[in-house]
Amino acid sequence: MMENIVFFGVVALTLLGAFLAVSLRNVFYNALALVLCLFGVACLFIFLNSEFLAVMEVIVYIGAISIAIIFAIMLSTPMLQKTEAPQDRLKTLRSFVIAALLFGGLFKALQKTTWPAAGVDGDYSLHAIGRLLLTGQVLPFEAVSLVLLVAIMGALLLAEKK
Amino acid sequence: MSAAQSLSSYLLISAALFSIGVFGLLSRRNLVAILISLELILNSASLNFVAFNKFSLVDKALGQVFAIFIIALAAAEVCIGLSLILLLHRKKDSINVDEARELRG
Repeated sequence: MMENIVFFGVVALTLLGAFLAVSLRNVFYNALALVLCLFGVACLFIFLNSEFLAVMEVIVYIGAISIAIIFAIMLSTPMLQKTEAPQDRLKTLRSFVIAALLFGGLFKALQKTTWPAAGVDGDYSLHAIGRLLLTGQVLPFEAVSLVLLVAIMGALLLAEKK
Repeated sequence: MSAAQSLSSYLLISAALFSIGVFGLLSRRNLVAILISLELILNSASLNFVAFNKFSLVDKALGQVFAIFIIALAAAEVCIGLSLILLLHRKKDSINVDEARELRG
Protein backbone atom coordinates (compact mmCIF):
# COMPACT_ATOMS: atom_id res chain seq x y z
CA MET A 1 0.00 0.00 0.00
CA MET A 2 2.69 2.44 1.11
CA GLU A 3 4.80 1.34 -1.86
CA ASN A 4 1.99 2.20 -4.25
CA ILE A 5 1.52 5.68 -2.80
CA VAL A 6 5.23 6.45 -3.14
CA PHE A 7 5.27 4.94 -6.63
CA PHE A 8 2.41 7.08 -7.88
CA GLY A 9 3.99 10.14 -6.30
CA VAL A 10 7.24 9.47 -8.15
CA VAL A 11 5.40 8.85 -11.43
CA ALA A 12 3.47 12.11 -11.04
CA LEU A 13 6.74 13.96 -10.33
CA THR A 14 8.41 12.45 -13.41
CA LEU A 15 5.59 13.18 -15.81
CA LEU A 16 5.05 16.68 -14.40
CA GLY A 17 8.75 17.42 -14.84
CA ALA A 18 8.71 16.06 -18.39
CA PHE A 19 5.63 18.06 -19.29
CA LEU A 20 7.04 21.30 -17.87
CA ALA A 21 10.36 20.63 -19.61
CA VAL A 22 8.75 20.80 -23.02
CA SER A 23 5.90 23.24 -22.45
CA LEU A 24 7.31 26.24 -20.55
CA ARG A 25 8.39 29.09 -22.80
CA ASN A 26 11.57 30.11 -20.97
CA VAL A 27 14.37 27.69 -21.79
CA PHE A 28 16.00 28.13 -18.37
CA TYR A 29 12.85 26.83 -16.65
CA ASN A 30 12.87 23.96 -19.15
CA ALA A 31 16.32 22.93 -17.93
CA LEU A 32 15.20 23.10 -14.28
CA ALA A 33 12.11 21.00 -15.04
CA LEU A 34 14.37 18.49 -16.79
CA VAL A 35 16.29 18.07 -13.51
CA LEU A 36 12.98 17.28 -11.75
CA CYS A 37 12.07 14.70 -14.39
CA LEU A 38 15.50 13.04 -14.28
CA PHE A 39 15.29 12.79 -10.51
CA GLY A 40 11.95 11.02 -10.86
CA VAL A 41 13.47 8.56 -13.34
CA ALA A 42 16.30 7.90 -10.87
CA CYS A 43 13.68 7.07 -8.22
CA LEU A 44 12.00 4.68 -10.69
CA PHE A 45 15.36 2.95 -11.15
CA ILE A 46 15.41 2.31 -7.40
CA PHE A 47 11.95 0.72 -7.71
CA LEU A 48 13.49 -1.53 -10.39
CA ASN A 49 16.26 -2.72 -8.00
CA SER A 50 18.99 -0.89 -9.96
CA GLU A 51 20.51 1.31 -7.27
CA PHE A 52 23.79 1.79 -9.13
CA LEU A 53 21.95 3.13 -12.16
CA ALA A 54 19.96 5.51 -9.97
CA VAL A 55 23.21 6.93 -8.58
CA MET A 56 24.67 7.15 -12.10
CA GLU A 57 21.54 8.92 -13.32
CA VAL A 58 21.87 11.54 -10.60
CA ILE A 59 25.62 11.99 -11.08
CA VAL A 60 25.82 11.95 -14.87
CA TYR A 61 22.42 13.26 -15.99
CA ILE A 62 21.72 15.80 -13.25
CA GLY A 63 25.27 16.57 -12.22
CA ALA A 64 26.86 16.76 -15.66
CA ILE A 65 24.37 16.97 -18.51
CA SER A 66 21.77 19.28 -16.96
CA ILE A 67 24.47 21.49 -15.46
CA ALA A 68 26.16 21.71 -18.87
CA ILE A 69 22.86 22.76 -20.45
CA ILE A 70 22.27 25.35 -17.70
CA PHE A 71 25.81 26.67 -18.16
CA ALA A 72 25.29 27.02 -21.90
CA ILE A 73 22.05 28.91 -21.29
CA MET A 74 23.62 31.23 -18.73
CA LEU A 75 26.76 31.89 -20.79
CA SER A 76 24.68 33.31 -23.58
CA THR A 77 22.64 35.99 -21.84
CA PRO A 78 20.15 36.62 -24.65
CA MET A 79 18.91 33.06 -24.23
CA LEU A 80 18.41 33.61 -20.52
CA GLN A 81 16.43 36.81 -20.80
CA LYS A 82 14.45 36.20 -23.91
CA THR A 83 11.33 34.17 -23.42
CA GLU A 84 10.40 32.78 -26.78
CA ALA A 85 7.77 34.54 -28.77
CA PRO A 86 4.51 32.62 -28.48
CA GLN A 87 4.41 30.45 -31.54
CA ASP A 88 1.48 29.78 -33.75
CA ARG A 89 -1.21 27.62 -32.24
CA LEU A 90 -1.49 25.48 -35.34
CA LYS A 91 2.01 24.06 -35.04
CA THR A 92 1.56 23.25 -31.32
CA LEU A 93 -1.77 21.60 -32.06
CA ARG A 94 -0.27 19.57 -34.89
CA SER A 95 2.64 18.37 -32.72
CA PHE A 96 0.19 17.52 -29.94
CA VAL A 97 -1.95 15.43 -32.29
CA ILE A 98 1.09 13.55 -33.61
CA ALA A 99 2.39 12.87 -30.08
CA ALA A 100 -1.08 11.75 -28.91
CA LEU A 101 -1.41 9.38 -31.87
CA LEU A 102 2.03 7.97 -31.10
CA PHE A 103 1.09 7.44 -27.47
CA GLY A 104 -2.18 5.80 -28.50
CA GLY A 105 -0.34 3.41 -30.81
CA LEU A 106 2.21 2.51 -28.14
CA PHE A 107 -0.60 1.99 -25.61
CA LYS A 108 -2.46 -0.35 -27.97
CA ALA A 109 0.75 -2.29 -28.65
CA LEU A 110 1.41 -2.60 -24.90
CA GLN A 111 -2.05 -4.00 -24.29
CA LYS A 112 -1.87 -6.52 -27.12
CA THR A 113 1.59 -7.93 -26.44
CA THR A 114 2.39 -10.55 -23.85
CA TRP A 115 5.97 -10.06 -22.71
CA PRO A 116 8.24 -12.94 -21.75
CA ALA A 117 8.38 -13.19 -17.99
CA ALA A 118 11.25 -14.29 -15.81
CA GLY A 119 11.58 -14.22 -12.05
CA VAL A 120 12.50 -10.90 -10.48
CA ASP A 121 15.12 -12.50 -8.22
CA GLY A 122 18.71 -12.35 -9.37
CA ASP A 123 22.06 -10.69 -8.99
CA TYR A 124 21.55 -6.93 -9.48
CA SER A 125 24.83 -6.04 -7.79
CA LEU A 126 27.54 -3.69 -8.97
CA HIS A 127 29.84 -6.72 -8.90
CA ALA A 128 27.79 -8.48 -11.61
CA ILE A 129 27.60 -5.32 -13.73
CA GLY A 130 31.37 -4.84 -13.60
CA ARG A 131 32.06 -8.45 -14.47
CA LEU A 132 29.67 -8.32 -17.44
CA LEU A 133 31.20 -5.04 -18.67
CA LEU A 134 34.66 -6.59 -18.80
CA THR A 135 33.72 -10.04 -20.14
CA GLY A 136 30.62 -10.41 -22.30
CA GLN A 137 30.11 -6.76 -23.24
CA VAL A 138 33.72 -5.67 -23.52
CA LEU A 139 33.50 -4.66 -27.21
CA PRO A 140 30.56 -2.21 -26.74
CA PHE A 141 32.29 -0.93 -23.61
CA GLU A 142 35.47 -0.09 -25.51
CA ALA A 143 33.47 1.39 -28.39
CA VAL A 144 31.57 3.67 -25.98
CA SER A 145 34.81 4.83 -24.40
CA LEU A 146 36.18 5.66 -27.86
CA VAL A 147 32.98 7.52 -28.78
CA LEU A 148 33.19 9.58 -25.58
CA LEU A 149 36.82 10.47 -26.25
CA VAL A 150 36.10 11.53 -29.83
CA ALA A 151 33.00 13.48 -28.75
CA ILE A 152 34.92 15.44 -26.12
CA MET A 153 37.75 16.21 -28.54
CA GLY A 154 35.24 17.25 -31.20
CA ALA A 155 33.39 19.52 -28.78
CA LEU A 156 36.64 21.20 -27.72
CA LEU A 157 37.62 21.69 -31.36
CA LEU A 158 34.22 23.11 -32.31
CA ALA A 159 33.87 25.50 -29.38
CA GLU A 160 37.39 26.88 -29.75
CA LYS A 161 37.42 30.61 -30.52
CA LYS A 162 38.90 31.16 -33.94
CA MET B 1 -0.27 -7.24 -8.09
CA SER B 2 0.76 -3.74 -7.09
CA ALA B 3 1.48 -1.18 -9.79
CA ALA B 4 5.11 -0.82 -8.74
CA GLN B 5 5.66 -4.54 -9.43
CA SER B 6 4.21 -4.90 -12.91
CA LEU B 7 6.09 -4.52 -16.16
CA SER B 8 3.28 -2.80 -18.04
CA SER B 9 3.11 0.20 -15.69
CA TYR B 10 6.77 0.96 -16.35
CA LEU B 11 6.27 0.52 -20.09
CA LEU B 12 3.33 2.92 -19.92
CA ILE B 13 5.41 5.56 -18.10
CA SER B 14 8.15 5.11 -20.67
CA ALA B 15 5.69 5.50 -23.55
CA ALA B 16 4.35 8.69 -21.95
CA LEU B 17 7.88 10.09 -21.55
CA PHE B 18 8.64 9.22 -25.18
CA SER B 19 5.49 10.91 -26.45
CA ILE B 20 6.16 14.04 -24.39
CA GLY B 21 9.69 14.10 -25.83
CA VAL B 22 8.39 13.80 -29.39
CA PHE B 23 5.89 16.58 -28.70
CA GLY B 24 8.71 18.85 -27.53
CA LEU B 25 10.86 17.86 -30.50
CA LEU B 26 8.13 18.85 -32.95
CA SER B 27 6.71 21.94 -31.29
CA ARG B 28 9.78 23.85 -30.08
CA ARG B 29 12.03 25.93 -32.30
CA ASN B 30 14.72 26.64 -29.70
CA LEU B 31 17.73 24.34 -30.15
CA VAL B 32 18.37 23.95 -26.42
CA ALA B 33 14.74 22.96 -25.89
CA ILE B 34 15.09 20.39 -28.67
CA LEU B 35 18.17 18.98 -26.90
CA ILE B 36 16.15 18.73 -23.67
CA SER B 37 13.39 16.83 -25.50
CA LEU B 38 16.02 14.44 -26.86
CA GLU B 39 17.15 13.78 -23.29
CA LEU B 40 13.59 12.82 -22.37
CA ILE B 41 13.44 10.34 -25.27
CA LEU B 42 16.78 8.75 -24.30
CA ASN B 43 15.53 8.47 -20.71
CA SER B 44 12.41 6.65 -21.80
CA ALA B 45 14.60 4.16 -23.69
CA SER B 46 16.81 3.49 -20.69
CA LEU B 47 13.75 3.15 -18.43
CA ASN B 48 12.49 0.46 -20.84
CA PHE B 49 15.82 -1.38 -20.72
CA VAL B 50 15.86 -1.40 -16.92
CA ALA B 51 12.20 -2.44 -16.67
CA PHE B 52 12.73 -5.39 -19.02
CA ASN B 53 15.91 -6.17 -17.10
CA LYS B 54 13.91 -6.68 -13.94
CA PHE B 55 10.89 -8.52 -15.31
CA SER B 56 11.99 -10.37 -18.46
CA LEU B 57 15.70 -11.11 -18.36
CA VAL B 58 17.46 -13.92 -16.57
CA ASP B 59 20.82 -12.13 -16.41
CA LYS B 60 19.97 -9.16 -14.19
CA ALA B 61 23.12 -7.20 -15.11
CA LEU B 62 22.61 -7.10 -18.90
CA GLY B 63 19.84 -4.48 -19.01
CA GLN B 64 21.68 -2.28 -16.53
CA VAL B 65 24.83 -2.43 -18.68
CA PHE B 66 22.85 -1.23 -21.69
CA ALA B 67 21.33 1.60 -19.65
CA ILE B 68 24.89 2.62 -18.73
CA PHE B 69 25.77 2.69 -22.44
CA ILE B 70 22.75 4.91 -23.09
CA ILE B 71 23.83 7.33 -20.35
CA ALA B 72 27.36 7.50 -21.79
CA LEU B 73 26.08 8.13 -25.33
CA ALA B 74 23.69 10.81 -24.04
CA ALA B 75 26.63 12.56 -22.40
CA ALA B 76 28.56 12.48 -25.69
CA GLU B 77 25.54 13.73 -27.63
CA VAL B 78 24.92 16.65 -25.27
CA CYS B 79 28.57 17.62 -25.33
CA ILE B 80 28.66 17.82 -29.14
CA GLY B 81 25.20 19.38 -29.37
CA LEU B 82 25.94 22.15 -26.90
CA SER B 83 29.19 23.09 -28.60
CA LEU B 84 27.38 23.28 -31.96
CA ILE B 85 24.66 25.43 -30.37
CA LEU B 86 27.26 27.77 -28.84
CA LEU B 87 28.96 28.03 -32.24
CA LEU B 88 25.68 28.87 -33.94
CA HIS B 89 24.85 31.41 -31.24
CA ARG B 90 28.21 33.08 -31.69
CA LYS B 91 27.75 33.23 -35.43
CA LYS B 92 24.11 34.23 -35.78
CA ASP B 93 23.18 35.54 -32.33
CA SER B 94 20.16 33.27 -32.37
CA ILE B 95 19.48 29.62 -31.62
CA ASN B 96 16.25 29.31 -33.49
CA VAL B 97 16.36 26.36 -35.88
CA ASP B 98 14.38 28.28 -38.47
CA GLU B 99 17.21 30.78 -38.84
CA ALA B 100 19.91 28.16 -39.47
CA ARG B 101 19.03 27.13 -42.99
CA GLU B 102 22.11 27.80 -45.11
CA LEU B 103 22.33 24.16 -46.15
CA ARG B 104 18.90 24.36 -47.68
CA GLY B 105 20.34 26.49 -50.46
